[in-house]
Amino acid sequence: MSKQRTAAIVNGDPVEFLSDPGQTLLDVLRDELHLTGSKEGCGSGDCGACSVIMDGRLVCSCLVLAAEVEGCRVETIEGLSTGSTLHPLQQKFLDHAALQCGFCTPGILMASKALLDANPDPTETEARYWLAGNLCRCTGYDKIIKAVLDAAAELRQDRKSA
Amino acid sequence: MAQLSYLSPSSVDEAVKALSGTSARALSGGTDLLVQVRSGRAKPDQIVDLKRIPGLIGIRAENGGFVIGSATCGAMLSEHPTLSKIWPGVVEAANLIGSTQVQGRASLAGNLCNASPAADSVPALIAARATCVIAGPAGTREAAVETIVTGPGKTSLTAGEFIIAFKLPPRGPKASDAYLRMIPRTEMDIAVAGAGVSLALDADGVCLSAHVALGAVAPTALLVADAGQALIGTRLEEVALTRMAEAVRAACQPISDKRGTADYRTKIAAVLAHRAAVIAWNRAKEQA
Amino acid sequence: MNKPVKPEETGTILKVVGTRPIRPDGVEKVTGRAAYGADLHLPGMLIGKVKRSPHAHARIISIDTRKALALPGVKAVMTSADMPDLAAEHYEAGESASNLKDLSANVMARGKVLYHGHAVAAVAATSNAIADQALDLIEIVYETLPHVIDVEEAMAEGAPILHEQMVTAGLGETPTKASNIATKHRLDRGDLAAGFASADVIVETRYSSAAVHQGYIEPHACVASYAADGQTQVWSSSQGHFVIRGLCAKLLKLRFSDVRVIPAEIGGGFGGKTTVYLEPLALVLSQKSGHPVKMVMTREEVFRATGPTSASVVTVKMGAKLDGTITAAQVDLKFQAGAFAGSPVGAAVMTSLACYDVANFEITGWDVVTNSPKVAAYRAPGAPNAALGVECAVDELAEKLGIDPVAMREKNAVRNGVRAPYGPVYKNIGYVETLEAIKSHPHMAIPLGPNQGRGIAAGFWFNIGGESTVNVSINEDGTAIVSTGSPDIGGSRASMAMMAAEVLGIGVEQVRPIVADTASIGFSTVTGGSRTTFATGMAVVQAAEKLVIDLKRRAAETWGVEIDQVVWQEGAAHCLQAEKAPKGALTLAALAGSAGKTGGPIATVVALNAQGAGPGFGVHVCDVEVDPETGHVTVLRYTAAQDVGKAIHPAYVEGQIQGGVAQGIGWALNEEYVFSTGGIMENAGFLDYRVPVASDLPMIDAIMVEVPNPAHPYGAKGVGEVPIVPPLAALAIAVRHATGVRMHDLPLSPSKIRAAIDANAL
Repeated sequence: MSKQRTAAIVNGDPVEFLSDPGQTLLDVLRDELHLTGSKEGCGSGDCGACSVIMDGRLVCSCLVLAAEVEGCRVETIEGLSTGSTLHPLQQKFLDHAALQCGFCTPGILMASKALLDANPDPTETEARYWLAGNLCRCTGYDKIIKAVLDAAAELRQDRKSA
Repeated sequence: MAQLSYLSPSSVDEAVKALSGTSARALSGGTDLLVQVRSGRAKPDQIVDLKRIPGLIGIRAENGGFVIGSATCGAMLSEHPTLSKIWPGVVEAANLIGSTQVQGRASLAGNLCNASPAADSVPALIAARATCVIAGPAGTREAAVETIVTGPGKTSLTAGEFIIAFKLPPRGPKASDAYLRMIPRTEMDIAVAGAGVSLALDADGVCLSAHVALGAVAPTALLVADAGQALIGTRLEEVALTRMAEAVRAACQPISDKRGTADYRTKIAAVLAHRAAVIAWNRAKEQA
Repeated sequence: MNKPVKPEETGTILKVVGTRPIRPDGVEKVTGRAAYGADLHLPGMLIGKVKRSPHAHARIISIDTRKALALPGVKAVMTSADMPDLAAEHYEAGESASNLKDLSANVMARGKVLYHGHAVAAVAATSNAIADQALDLIEIVYETLPHVIDVEEAMAEGAPILHEQMVTAGLGETPTKASNIATKHRLDRGDLAAGFASADVIVETRYSSAAVHQGYIEPHACVASYAADGQTQVWSSSQGHFVIRGLCAKLLKLRFSDVRVIPAEIGGGFGGKTTVYLEPLALVLSQKSGHPVKMVMTREEVFRATGPTSASVVTVKMGAKLDGTITAAQVDLKFQAGAFAGSPVGAAVMTSLACYDVANFEITGWDVVTNSPKVAAYRAPGAPNAALGVECAVDELAEKLGIDPVAMREKNAVRNGVRAPYGPVYKNIGYVETLEAIKSHPHMAIPLGPNQGRGIAAGFWFNIGGESTVNVSINEDGTAIVSTGSPDIGGSRASMAMMAAEVLGIGVEQVRPIVADTASIGFSTVTGGSRTTFATGMAVVQAAEKLVIDLKRRAAETWGVEIDQVVWQEGAAHCLQAEKAPKGALTLAALAGSAGKTGGPIATVVALNAQGAGPGFGVHVCDVEVDPETGHVTVLRYTAAQDVGKAIHPAYVEGQIQGGVAQGIGWALNEEYVFSTGGIMENAGFLDYRVPVASDLPMIDAIMVEVPNPAHPYGAKGVGEVPIVPPLAALAIAVRHATGVRMHDLPLSPSKIRAAIDANAL
C-alpha cells in the first residue's frame, strides 16, 4: 500500500505525516499525531465530535481525507488554550457546567470558536443553528448555549478594552 | 481488492484524464463521497480531488449573471456580497445542506452529482434555470442542471466528464427566488420534500415568468412547467396558488420510505411550493 | 455525643454542598486530554473487528475462518466455539440483570443468529484495513428463518419462535408450548370491578412507542491485554468496571483477581454501558493472538447491536368520579425485549401507577423476545413507556371531567404514608411539592396562541442505593484523595469531592477525586439507577467522618486531652481547653505533617450497601406549536420540576434534568428504530436516527424542589432518571391540545401528525 506524504500546520506547528489514501484527517490526528482530543462519534459527519478548523473553516475531520490537508492550517482542541491559560470558551464551559460526559465537548468548543470568530455577537437562535451539527446527548444543550453566549460577551468586552 | 489512490490534479486536462479511469470518482467537498467510501457503498480505485484546479473554487459575476466554481463550498455562497441578494433561493438551498461543518466543504457539484432525489440545492438551481459547464475528453459543454441527474445515484456525465462551474443567468429587476424543504428536525436532515420557486414580476407585481421545481418527490428533481405556468400573469392570488399546488401534486411520483410516506410527500410538496412562491414574490417586489 | 455542640459545629450550615464549583475533571475535558475508551494505544496493539449477521433470524450451519486466518496480518479469529458454553445463571448488575447463558450468546451467536447485526465471529489484525478484509474472508452458511420484530406479532399464535426451549413464566402453571413471551408480570390491589362500577367516567385507551437508542455519542470501545500468566487488563469505557470484570470473568471462566479492569472516561451511557459487548471478545482475541487488542464499534454497530430500549404497547382503562378521584386502573404493558428475555417491563409495571393513590388496580406486563437487538437499560428503564400510557389516560380523564390537569394529579397524588403500588409505604417524598412548584410557575400563566398546546405530565423513578467502596486518604500536606469505584458519567467526581470537603472542612479544590480500577478499590456496582451521589456519596461522607474522628483523636493525643475536648471545624482541630493548646488549632495540614508520630498515614475505607434511596418525582409542562400543514412540532418552552432531595452540585442536577428532558423530547418526536420487511434497521446512523440537535430545543427550565432524604447525610435523592419519564406523555398531550387530535403512537413524526389532522377533518 503506497502511503502519501503530507505536510501541514497543526496548531501552529509544522507536521509531516504518511497516510493511506483512504485515511481521513481524523484518523491521522488520532492515530499518527496522537491528538486524540478530536473524537469519532459517527464517522459520517453527523455528530460533530471530530470538528476542527481548517484554513479558518469549521469541518468534520472525518469528512476530510488526510491528503487534502497538504499545505493547510488545522486547529484542533489541543491548540485552543494558550499554554496553561484556557480560552474563554473553555473557561465558560467549566463555569456553566456545560459538559457532562465531555465526549462531544472538544468538537463543540471548536465549533463555538468558529462561530465566535465569524460572529462575535450571535443570538441564541444563531448559536443553536450553528451548533446543530454537534450532537450532545447529555446536557440538552441549555448550558452549552449559555456558556457560548457568555463567552461571546466576554470576548466582546475584551476586544473593547483592548 | 483494488487499492485506493488519491490524486490532486492542478489542471482540468489532468483531471479529465484521471477521471476517464474505470472507477475514479471526483472529489470536491467529499461530504457524500467519503461517507459512501467508508460504508462500502462506493468503491472507487481513485479519488480525484478537484479543489486545486484553478477556478474551481470561487464566484464571479459574468455577463450580468454569476459563474460559481463547481467545488465552491456552501459557506462561500452566503459570504459573497451580492449573490444572496440576487439569488437568495439558490443560496438558502445550498446552505440547508448539512451542518456548519458540512457547509465548510460541500459543493453544488457534489450535491448535484451525488444524484440524490432529495438534494436541496438542485430544485433551487433548476428553478433558477442554472446551467452547468462540463469539462470532458471532448472539451467543454454546457447543459441545463435538470439534464444531469437521470435517476437515483445516476448522472448523464460520461467517463472523464466533470462539472467545472454553474452559471446563474442574468436577473432583471423585480425578480427573486426561494427554496423551502420539510425535515422532521430543524437541521441535519435529508429533505422529505423540497420546493424551489423563481419568479420575475412586472412593475405591478404580475408574474412575467415563473419556475417551480421539486425535490424528493420523484426519482430526480422535477421542473414542473404547469406549476410555473399557473403563476404567470397572476399576482399570486389564492386561485393561482391553488392551481399551482394542484399542478405540483399532479407532478409528484414519490416513494414511501423511512423518511416519509408518498401521500405525505405529495401534500407537503404542494404546501412548500405555495409558501416558497409567496416568499419569492415578496422578495421580488422588494428588488429594485 | 457526650457534650452539647454549638450549631456551627454540627455542619448544618453547609459551606460546600449546594455550591457550584468547577468540576475537578473539567480542564482535562475542555482541553481534549481526557482519555476515553478509544484513546488508548499500547505497543503491539492489534485491531479487533466483529463479523455480524446479515439476517434477522437464521440458523448458523457452518463458519469457515481458514481464509481469514491465512491473510497476512491476521493474528486471531474467534467464534462462540472459543467461549465456554455456559449454563443459565443469573447475574445482577445494578439496574440490569443478565442471564449469563443469554449474555454469552448475545456477545457471540451460538447456533442461531437472532437479529441483524448479531455478532458471529471476530478477528484481530495488524490494521483496520486488514481486519476488514479478514471479515470478508470468513465464510458463513446460514439457513434463514422467519423473523418477528413487532411485540404484538411476536406474542401472536403462530409467530416465529426465537428460543425453542422458552416457555412463559408467571402464568401460574408451566406451559408446555414454546412461546416468545418470556414472563408475565402482575401487580394488583383492591377490587377492580367494584372500582370501575363506582366510577362516573371511564376511559379506555392505547399508546405505543417505538424502540429508541440511548444514543451516547461515544461508541463502545475497549482494549484488552491478556498476559501469558493469565493476568489480564481491560481498559474500557463503561458505567461500571466491576461489572465489566464480573461479566468477563463469568463469561470466560476466569478468576476475578486475574481480570483488572481500568475505567476509561466514559462518553455517555444512560444505562446502555452497564453490560458487555466487546470486552469478552477482545479478551479472547488477545489470548489467542498474544497481543493487546483494541476494539471500537462504528456508529452503525452501536445501533445494530447495542441498546436500545423496548418498543412497547400500553393499554390503560381508568375510571374516576366526577370530582376527579380515580377509582380504578387497569394497565397492560407489552414490552419488546429484543433477542433475549429481560425487557424492563417489570419496572414499568411497578412504576406505572406510582404517582397515583388508587385503591383498585391491576397491572399486567409482558416480556416478549423479538428479532431485534437485546434491549439494554435506558434511563429509568420501562418507566417512560408506562408513563406515556398512564399520563395520557389521566389527561383524557381530566379532559372528560373538565378538571385542570394539575388539579387532577393533586387530587390523586401519592403522599407520605400512602402505600406505593409496588409495595412500600412512601416516606419523605416530594410529589405534592413538585406539583405545587409547577402550579405556581410563571410558565403556567403564559397564554397560548393558535396551533399551540400545553402538556402536563408526571413521572416517578425508584432510585437505588447499592454497593460502593470508597477510600479517603489525607496527603502529607493536608489535601485529600477520594477514590471511588463509581465511573463518573456526568460530573459525580465533583459531588464526591464536595461532600468530602464539606465533612473535612476544607476547600473542594483541596480534594482530588478519582475513579479507581478494580484492583485498587473494593467492589462498587454500576453508575446507574441514579445511585452514585446517593450511595457512593454516603460512603464518601462516612469515610470522611471516620477520618475526622481519627484526626480528633490525633489532636487529642497531641494536646494530651480527651477526644471529647476536641472539636473539628473549618478543617482544623480545636481544643475546648485553650490552655492545653497554646499554639491554637491544629490544622489538617499540621496533623497530616505529623501523622507519623500519631499513628501513621491518615486513610480509611468505607464499603457499604446503601439503603434508603428516596424515590424521585417530577412534573413537567411543555408548550408546543404544531404547523397544521406540515405536522411539524416546535417545542416552544419546557419547564421541569423535580424533587431532588438536596442538590449537592445544583448545576449538574439541573444538567441531569435538562438532559433527561432532551432525550425524552427526542423519544417523543423523532427517534425510532425503523426496520425493513427483512428485519434490517434502516436508519442505523445519526442522520436518520434523529436525536435532538441544538436548534430543535428551547432552554429547559429545571426547577429543583428539595424535600430531603433523611437516609443521606445531606438529604440527596437520585436525580438522573426521573426527568426522562414525563416528556413522552407531556409532548403527546401538548400536541393533542395544539391540534385537537390525540396521537397514540410515538414518535409524533410530522407525517403522522399531518395524517391524523387530515383524518380528523374528514
